[in-house]
Amino acid sequence: MNEILRVNLLSPIALAFVLGVIARVIRSEFSLPKEIYQGLSIYLLWSLGLHGGVELAHAAFSEIVRPAGVTLLIGCITPISAYLTLRYLGRFGEADSAGIAAHYGSVSAVTFIAASTFVKGMGAEPEGFMPTLLTLLESPGIHIALAIGVVRSGQKSRPTSELLHEVLTGRTMVLLVGGLIVGFLIGDKNWKVIEPFYDTKGAIFRGALCIFMLEMGLLAGARLGDLKKVGPFLLAFGIIMPLVHGALGAWLGSVAGLSVGGATMLGAMAASASYIAAPPAVRMTLPDANPTYYLTLALAITFPFNVLVGIPIYYKIAQMAHGVA
Amino acid sequence: MNTTPLKMVVIVAEPVLESRLVTELRELGAKGFSIVEGRGEGSRHAHATDLPGSNVRIETIVRDDVADRIMEHVSQHYFANYSFIAYVTDVAVARGAKYV
Repeated sequence: MNEILRVNLLSPIALAFVLGVIARVIRSEFSLPKEIYQGLSIYLLWSLGLHGGVELAHAAFSEIVRPAGVTLLIGCITPISAYLTLRYLGRFGEADSAGIAAHYGSVSAVTFIAASTFVKGMGAEPEGFMPTLLTLLESPGIHIALAIGVVRSGQKSRPTSELLHEVLTGRTMVLLVGGLIVGFLIGDKNWKVIEPFYDTKGAIFRGALCIFMLEMGLLAGARLGDLKKVGPFLLAFGIIMPLVHGALGAWLGSVAGLSVGGATMLGAMAASASYIAAPPAVRMTLPDANPTYYLTLALAITFPFNVLVGIPIYYKIAQMAHGVA
Repeated sequence: MNTTPLKMVVIVAEPVLESRLVTELRELGAKGFSIVEGRGEGSRHAHATDLPGSNVRIETIVRDDVADRIMEHVSQHYFANYSFIAYVTDVAVARGAKYV
């Protein structure tokens, strides 16, 4: 386990993230231009979708059914477990509990990418259809948590159709789902032509991810000051909740027949907290939830925890569930 | 030059509200609007700039009664929970018919 952790902590992805945090802490003037950050995130998501679609074309439908079912189940469990923990153990208000739960119910695509890079580096090739599972997990969690918040806090809700539109047409969904479909349709011959650029195991993809992680470090570093504001309960929540969800995901994934690599990635997905799709949705639907809580948790606690320590732990759990460790 | 006295409503708000506000302004009777993005801080600094994106400043030139309706509407729906500024100023415009 120590060896896996060491390998992960010394990976270029983890160190790029740490450098970003340090740059912000020492108040360096360095920052990634917004356009480059957005451009990289488009490239990463689009590559993930395309490559996933190509792999999906090789998968049999019967291989996907059980993992997909388990993924949807996780999408229903994680927002509820997060909500109940915050509301009844942490004694937070309805809006804050539901708002934070929406973030934990949804997925952080960057954590997914980091997990994918990690397991491939460990030689545990995940199933090609993992991006399909990511798209399945993206939306139910947000909706379940927001629905709880709206119902329990008696707020005037905005129309469900508006919220659905926002979550389902977001950048992540369009690039991932669109990429999956395009990748599925183009066939191996066309894929070979563009593979060097879009290969998610390739040098270009991983190099781009390193630059992206610098910016993630800057974002997380900017929120370090807010750690004081969130209090000890949320600090602990931001680490323990992902451990619980990650263990559940890695175990359920293994039970559903995913390989060690695939189960690790499902664990990382379940453990992660969204910070792209969820924040605007929560801001609009539960405006009295405090953004400092959910943004600090997702960006400054859970994301670094997962990328630096969590993913190797989920890997270990997946190995144990497979009886290979 | 002949000018028409009208009101200009200026709203400075969080970026997530932009599309909703635009729809509502139209419904309340505004004929058009301008939007610029900007930076700034206010009494709720921590709230306003937390989410990614720049604040938006929406300007619309309207009749007195429409300006009243807009101010009434935004004070009911947004002041409590969002970083939000709204004010009305007198303006004198050329081609007044464009705005009413």
